[in-house]
This record gives sequence, C-alpha cells and structure tokens, in this order.
Amino acid sequence: MSLSNERSRWEREVVQPVVRRHPERRDGRLETASGVPLERVYLPPEGADGAAYRESLGFPGEYPFTRGVQPTMYRGRYWTMRQYAGFGTARETNERFRYLLDEGQTGLSVAFDLPTQIGYDSDHGLALGEVGKVGVAIDSLADMEVLFDRIPLDRVSTSMTINAPAAVLLAMYTVVAEKQGVSRDSLRGTIQNDILKEYIARGTYIFPPEPSMRLVTNTFRFCAEELPRWNSISISGYHIREAGATAVQELAFTLADAIAYVEAALSAGLDIDAFAGRLSFFFSAGSDLLEEVAKFRAARRMWARIMKERFGSDSPRSQALRFHAQTSGAALTAQQPDNNVVRVTLHALAAVLGGAQSLHTNSRDEALSLPTEESVRIALRTQQIIALESGVANTVDPLAGSWAVEALTDELESRAREYLERIDREGGMVAAIGRGTPQRDIEDAAYRYQREIEDHDRLVVGVNCHEGIGDSCIDVMGFRQDVHDAQVSRVEGVREERDGAAAASTLAALRDAARDPDADLMEPIVEAVRAYATLGEICGALRDEFGEYRQHTVV
Amino acid sequence: MENTVRILIAKPGLDGHDRGAKYIARALRDAGYEVIYSGIRQTPEAIVEMAIQEDVQFVGLSLLSGAHMALFPRVVDLLREHDAGDIVVFGGGIIPGPDVYELQEAGVRAVFPPGTPIKKVIDFIEATRQELPAL
Repeated sequence: MSLSNERSRWEREVVQPVVRRHPERRDGRLETASGVPLERVYLPPEGADGAAYRESLGFPGEYPFTRGVQPTMYRGRYWTMRQYAGFGTARETNERFRYLLDEGQTGLSVAFDLPTQIGYDSDHGLALGEVGKVGVAIDSLADMEVLFDRIPLDRVSTSMTINAPAAVLLAMYTVVAEKQGVSRDSLRGTIQNDILKEYIARGTYIFPPEPSMRLVTNTFRFCAEELPRWNSISISGYHIREAGATAVQELAFTLADAIAYVEAALSAGLDIDAFAGRLSFFFSAGSDLLEEVAKFRAARRMWARIMKERFGSDSPRSQALRFHAQTSGAALTAQQPDNNVVRVTLHALAAVLGGAQSLHTNSRDEALSLPTEESVRIALRTQQIIALESGVANTVDPLAGSWAVEALTDELESRAREYLERIDREGGMVAAIGRGTPQRDIEDAAYRYQREIEDHDRLVVGVNCHEGIGDSCIDVMGFRQDVHDAQVSRVEGVREERDGAAAASTLAALRDAARDPDADLMEPIVEAVRAYATLGEICGALRDEFGEYRQHTVV
Repeated sequence: MENTVRILIAKPGLDGHDRGAKYIARALRDAGYEVIYSGIRQTPEAIVEMAIQEDVQFVGLSLLSGAHMALFPRVVDLLREHDAGDIVVFGGGIIPGPDVYELQEAGVRAVFPPGTPIKKVIDFIEATRQELPAL
C-alpha cells in the first residue's frame, strides 16, 4: 500500500474515532505564525519506501509508536503541566495543592520528605533534620487525610514520588478516597514504585531486592484488580541520568528495569495485558536537544518492540510507552542562576519535541535551594510559552524525517540494545545491580563528565567559560527548621488516640503475610493503614521480616 | 608534595544524592590523597567513629536535602567531644548563602558550592594542612 493510501487508512481508522471523542484544539491555531496551515502529520515524499517507513516510524498512535503514543498528540490536548511540590506539614501542602487546583491545575504531584520515603516516622532518630525538608512529612493516615482535605479524589489525578513504601502510601490514598465516598475504580494517578533505580541511583531503598520486587508485583496486581485507571509504576530513568549516566545508559537501564518488572509480574502469575498498559515511564530532558529528542523516540520504538517480540503482547496499550519528563537538575548551575531559565527552556523543548505526556520544569534556583514562588512561576510559564507561542505543538513529531534526528534515533537504539544484551547475559537487571555493573557504568560516566568540565573539554557557560565579573544575585528560600516539633507531637497524638490493640493486631497480620512468600501484602497493609498504624510501624514490621538492604560502596 | 593526608568523604542524613560526593572522593584520590568514602545514609555518630578509626585529618560532608544545619554542626561537636576537634570539617551540597556563614561559625571550615573546581578543594586542603600537627 502506498504511503498516501496508508495515511487515508490511518486517518479513517485511527484518527477519526479519536477526534470524534476528543476534538482537536480550537484555542490554538493549527497553522504557522504567518498563516500557513499545518498538517496533522508530515510524511516522507511520495515514492519513498513505505514498508521501511512503517517498520521504523509508523503513524502516531500506531506500532512502533516512534512518532508518539496518540494519533493527534498535542493538537488534541497539550501535555500535562505537572509541577512536583510538597513541603513541611500536610496542612501546608494541602493549602498549596488547593491553591494550584483553584488556578486550574488538574494534576497533583506529591513530594514526600526523606523519612517518609525511607519508612521512618518523624520522631525516629534518623529523621533528625530531614522532617518536611524535601517534601511533605506523612506519618499515618491522619496526615494523608489532611493532605487531601477538601480535594475530591475522583476529580484530580495524583502522582506520588514514593518507592520503597509505595504500597503503604497507595493504601493510604485508597482509604482516604473511601472516606470521601470515592470508589477505587475512579482513582487516577501514579505511584513511582520503581525500587530498582533506588539501588542504582536514588538511594531511598529499604528492603533487599527480592521482597521489594514482591511488593512491586503485589501493587501491580492490586492496581489491575482494584484501580484500573491508576499507573502502578513510573519506571524512572530520570535519577539514573541525574546520577551521571549518559543518554544511552539512561535509555538502556530504564528499559532493563522495565523488563525486570514485567518478568517478575509474569512469574507471579499476572497476565501481560492485565498490567502492562498501566506501566508508565519517567525520563530526564537535558541540554543536548537533538540527542534528547532522539532518545525519547528511540525509547518508544524499543519498548513497543520489546513488548511485541519479547513478551508477545499485541495490545497497543501495552506496547505504547507513555512518559513523564523532568528537566535536568544536574545541568543547572549555581553560578549565574538566571541562565538556568534558558537551559530549562531547551530541556522543556526537547521533552515536547520528543512527545512527553507530562512535564515538570525545574526552577532556576535548583542548585541553590528549594525554589522560591517566583522561580516556580517562571518555570511554569516556560511550559506555557512553548505550548502557546512556539508552534511546535501544532503538528505531530515535527522533527521526524530530519536526517540527523532519525540517524540519532537509530544510533541510540542500537547502542542501548548493546547494554540490554549485556544485561541479559548477566542474568537480568536484578543480578546486574547485585554485581554493581550499572552503578559502575554510571559512576564512570559521571566522573568522565566532571573531568571534562575541569579540563575545559566540555564548556558550561558561567562555570568554566564566560564567567563574567561575578554571579548575579537572586533571592533564595531558606530551609525551614520548625516542622520537626509539630510533626513529632502529631504522630505521638495519633499513637495515643487510636485503638492500640486494633493497630497491633493488623501489624501482626501483616507480619504473618510477610512470612508467607505467596501471600498478598496489599490487603494487610490497607487494614494496618485503616487502623492508623504509622508508616514507621508498617515498614518496621516489614523490616523485621525482610531485613534491610545495605549498599556496598566502592569508589 | 607529600600526600599522606587522609580524608573521609561522608554523606550524613537520609539524602541519596551522591554524585558530588563520589566525584570529590575520586578526584581527591587521583590528586594523591588517601580517601575513604562512607556511602549514603550515615548518622553523625557513625561518621565520627569512622573518622577516628580511619585516622583522617579531614572530613568532607555532602548533603543536598537541606538537613545540613542540623547535621554538619553535630559532626563538628561530636568530634570535639571525642577529643578529635583537630580534624578539619568541610562541606558541600545545596547550601543557601546565609547558612554558609552560620556553618562556618559552628566550626565547618569551608563550604563549597556546586560547580566548585576540584583545584579549589585541593588548595583548601593544602593551605589547611599546614596548621595540622606534623603528619
């Protein structure tokens, strides 16, 4: 079939049903600034090799999804502008969330503090200095009730950056919904739940890999059966990249993690298409614009092929790689911080040209402190300017067919495949992480990168060239010290007021379930949460049964 | 340059951002120092014990989570309590300007912001080692 016949088929069979349900935007102009109409999608010239085109690129919304996961992409709806936020107590963060929702935001993204992420209550000794710092402190259901107070959970989608204790926070969310009278099947959102990259790069692990993978597959099953609109995981290359990985390594290690999760879920008896459609991804968007665009396109094509060829799935939902992007924090500089606004623009543009489903833009003061309100506003405005003024959202996958971008897309795929083959030879990603090989690759890449900057082989404006006469000054937000005491007395209050015997018996039931490797952990966790057992108690019970992971560090 | 200086690079608190700490550790080792890296998620007590046991002259603390005001001075105080106040403590990470001054008041000898060339850290070590008892 010729390409023009193919296009008619695609328009008729794929585009029209979607456009009938979700018409294309009327607010933006689907034409250039000077009034030239923009086609939905541009194709190779007539007479080009149609078979080769379909094999490597295909149409948007169709296998292998290189050109995007939806047929109309941003002509239908812009990406979700989802800024990661959370600080201090649940009360303060709730106020910020309700302000954002009043301003028209429909998606929330919750940042938790480190004690929450590592399963300690705020009054634990190791929480010293960390309570409410990099996110909100959540110790029990009581905090979660406050966090989502007066926020209708059937009307927002909520992304939670939580990994080792993801099952516990998800349980808290469903119980809060229950108390609001919201049914489980109307809940929309994402838990990060990606423990493998915690061992590789991010560091908020609790348990050893085996029980951690069990918790992951238990949440997959729970989501498949109870929360059909919930993304059960966000498989994250972001932190791998931020730790120093190259774009190729980010691509390869993320997909290798994804393969490990799919294999674990299949071994646990789940059907591929029952859970694969709810897997989502999270990538970094860096400064090298062409390579980043190529990376996102290669990621989609690779995942579609992996799902089809390796796991035998023919479901487009399972094959389509949907991703959130965040602009690179490591690319930002403490020197001349206003320059970071320009860097973030490049990063965000790469994410949009690469077809991201949602995007967080970093603030210019990332390298100095938590962002000020003004900096956050500029970061959000950056996305809005790209959406409404740049015109790149008005035709799907606009860089397709660029010889440079297509060649880079092929090259990134081929280099990433070499890593995947090596990881397969090592016995899969869990074994490779155990051996420390991806960690070493990342450390070496990070070291090389920094040495290149030191040696002026890699130039960073304001850092090793164009330093100017001094740093521009911007106001920074100090870290707050007062949250700790408030949070400690709150968790003590919860322990006093609850039915202590009920909480203890749910924790005992959880321990029993943990000892039986075939038992489901989600329901006992939900019951413990409901009885106001604290996050620290629940994770503590699992620590007793599962043990704790210890990183072996060689530098 | 005689390079028998021993340095502990340590990550106090719960923060997992270790790219900077690992870079500093490796770059200082390449510069000829003996360097020990603690790994992430160490308590101030564990860091002080490691510093004394490893007989280091310098402890470099790295933290990006904002807990530095609670944890850096605690390391300095614990070293003093253990009669190891001559060990020089320096730090780096995401440290807002006003906090740098307070940390120095609390006995942290230098704070290096992101993007600091390694040469500046080496210059600091070389200048400061002159004050130490002969190695």
